[in-house]
Amino acid sequence: MAKQMHDTPMLDQLESGPWPSFVTGLKRLAKDNDMMVDLLGQLETSYETRKGYWKGGTVGVIGYGGGIIPRFTELKGDDGVALFPAAAEFHTLRVMPPPGMHYDTDTIRKFCDIWEKYGSGLIAFHGQSGDIMFQGCTTDNVQPAFDEINEMGFDLGGAGPAVRTGMSCVGAARCENSCFDEGRTMRMLVNNALDDMHRPALPYKFKYKVSGCPNDCMNSVQRADLATIGTWRDDMKVDQDEVKSFVAEKGRKYVIDNVITRCPTQALSLNDDDTLAVDNPSCVRCMHCINVMNKALSPGDDKGVTLLCGGKRTLKIGDLMGTVIVPFMKLESDEDFETLEELATEILDFFAENALEHERTGEMIERIGLVNFLEGVGLEIDPNMIERPRMNPYVRMDGWDEEASKWAERKAQ
Amino acid sequence: MSEPRMPIESGVPEMEPYLHPVLKKNYGEWAWHERLRPGVLRHVAKSGDSIWTVRAGTQRQMDVYTIRKLMDIADEFAEGYVRFTIRSNIEYMVGDESKVQPLIDKLNEEGFPIGGTGPSVSMISHTQGWLHCDIPGTDASGAVKALMDDLYDEFVKEEMPNRVRITTSCCQINCGGQGDIAINIQHTKPPKIDHSQVANVCERPSVVARCPVAAIRPAMVNGKPSLEVDEKKCICCGACFPPCPPMQINDPEHSKFAIWVGGKNSNARSKPTFHKLVAAGVPNNPPRWPEVSTVVKQILSAYKEDAKDWERIGEWADRIGWPKFFEKTGLPFTKYHIDNWRGGRSNLNASAHIRF
Repeated sequence: MAKQMHDTPMLDQLESGPWPSFVTGLKRLAKDNDMMVDLLGQLETSYETRKGYWKGGTVGVIGYGGGIIPRFTELKGDDGVALFPAAAEFHTLRVMPPPGMHYDTDTIRKFCDIWEKYGSGLIAFHGQSGDIMFQGCTTDNVQPAFDEINEMGFDLGGAGPAVRTGMSCVGAARCENSCFDEGRTMRMLVNNALDDMHRPALPYKFKYKVSGCPNDCMNSVQRADLATIGTWRDDMKVDQDEVKSFVAEKGRKYVIDNVITRCPTQALSLNDDDTLAVDNPSCVRCMHCINVMNKALSPGDDKGVTLLCGGKRTLKIGDLMGTVIVPFMKLESDEDFETLEELATEILDFFAENALEHERTGEMIERIGLVNFLEGVGLEIDPNMIERPRMNPYVRMDGWDEEASKWAERKAQ
Repeated sequence: MSEPRMPIESGVPEMEPYLHPVLKKNYGEWAWHERLRPGVLRHVAKSGDSIWTVRAGTQRQMDVYTIRKLMDIADEFAEGYVRFTIRSNIEYMVGDESKVQPLIDKLNEEGFPIGGTGPSVSMISHTQGWLHCDIPGTDASGAVKALMDDLYDEFVKEEMPNRVRITTSCCQINCGGQGDIAINIQHTKPPKIDHSQVANVCERPSVVARCPVAAIRPAMVNGKPSLEVDEKKCICCGACFPPCPPMQINDPEHSKFAIWVGGKNSNARSKPTFHKLVAAGVPNNPPRWPEVSTVVKQILSAYKEDAKDWERIGEWADRIGWPKFFEKTGLPFTKYHIDNWRGGRSNLNASAHIRF
């Protein structure tokens, strides 16, 4: 029997309007769940006072050091007793979804049953790092809830200074622009680093994200320490009959304005017979023309990935994009996957050994310089790694001749 | 006492068991796609198979009753499979075209909007806020619900020049992500320190190290070890608060929303970009944050009216020039828009390229 509901005049206002309301969901749960009654009480207080009232702590499951986000209420009376006691503990279990966030209904129903039994009944699909978030659990129920989820074949994700849950796009499962097997890649990268996910001991978080093409639907360039983005190195494919039909349907002006002149490197030209000329060596594989004319144009056949390292958001030195560290790598054979796995391990190890506490890979690279990082992980330099060469003359270059001969040797290979 | 159960360290699950049969059959063999209407995609495989996808908005933080309702719908119309997008929309894959319209009707009847594809405003990706975060300056689910109510039409229609991706974060750490429009709390006052607690709960050297402008130093206050902040240096970033909660940065009155535009992760046309500040001082005003909606709608309406097809908000601003952006959106330009952070000089105009 649920306890008496608190008055929630501010939250009630979020039940109106056309968008689905989470408040209506919370209230439905509160009908037979005391934790949700008190959660609503605390949340309403936050709305009144404009303050948050959760603090962290240490809650975990046996065998793991991370993956649970502990939350204890700080909203207490003068006597130190929680004002909303049934929601005094409100922990979250981070659980890793399958790549591409695909599910069958049976699995999700089982999640619901488990979370109704042990938790608040509130689940987020998904958190910003890609986890299914089972929100609202007491300390005592964390272990049995996890045990049942774990028996279903699901595992906790990352939290704290650890490898974090990865994300991959829908990719080969439903997208014609997919340049490699995104799901396999994400599983390989994350599962290779499970020890560093489940037992946090890194300087700070480390994220893998996987996007099948340069549209980068997973936002890997801005948010991943190691971004794997699909690409190709031969010519893009053009079905000239489909180009002609597209021009016939949309008109020459539309095609010139929206395809030809939008090409960032002016690699496209519309021929007099309404076919498309492509200057492939100039193409930077930005995806725009393929996005617009996806029936006529597609990525080439010699597909692979570009790897970028060091993307992150604000803390501590400001935004950093990932930097290209491998312009192109094939990712087809088992050996290709092993090569990527070994490189990812090298990068993670180098990060673990060389980053300062609370420093992300991007900040580490800024501090030590890209060249030191590349040498540390055993990668060759490449002009694709830079926007432009150095502008600052304050540098010692007494090793120039040796470096120039290295370049000549590599070119000769 | 029985042995404790050790976890099965299974990692990321296999995708294959959770794939709709048509997706499984045509994995890696897709040819092209079309958008039949807002929220509905048709992908065609090289085998000739088609799969229709219906995308619906959700509230992200869902109760089990809502989830079970969505699963009932999947069982009835979509062969028992669903997937979620990065922005917490649910997608139903349908192998039989005749089920598409009934599925749309059913979702609408149950209150789930269909849209979020193509040149629309898709669901706002966001953080946890007051519901669960330990350092939130505002709520996230509530602010997003209020904003999506206001932007509902732009979700169910595809009338923008290009896609618009909005994010909301309850502090500047910006877990909500980069976006065409990013709506984040900005603290405007230095932390208020509870000196009686610092020595008990904070590892002082790591707090000092966390400050990006070296404004924090150890100090003895009232005979107790504590920390002090050089308030002139402090940029109010809040980085000290997570490792040291007695350095309270959230302020019910002085923590305001700042709004940023022009973030883009896709490589399409232009290179990926981060979002840039356009508005600040917007009040943190629950439960509906109307001032935030006003600014967002001002930006969206100027963009919708003026941008060319396929231009993202940042690309549009770059083409027309930022002075024109402020003119067209009606937003004030202030000294705070001029970057003075590390490397900020590269954001200044070093040319005579000026539009009159």
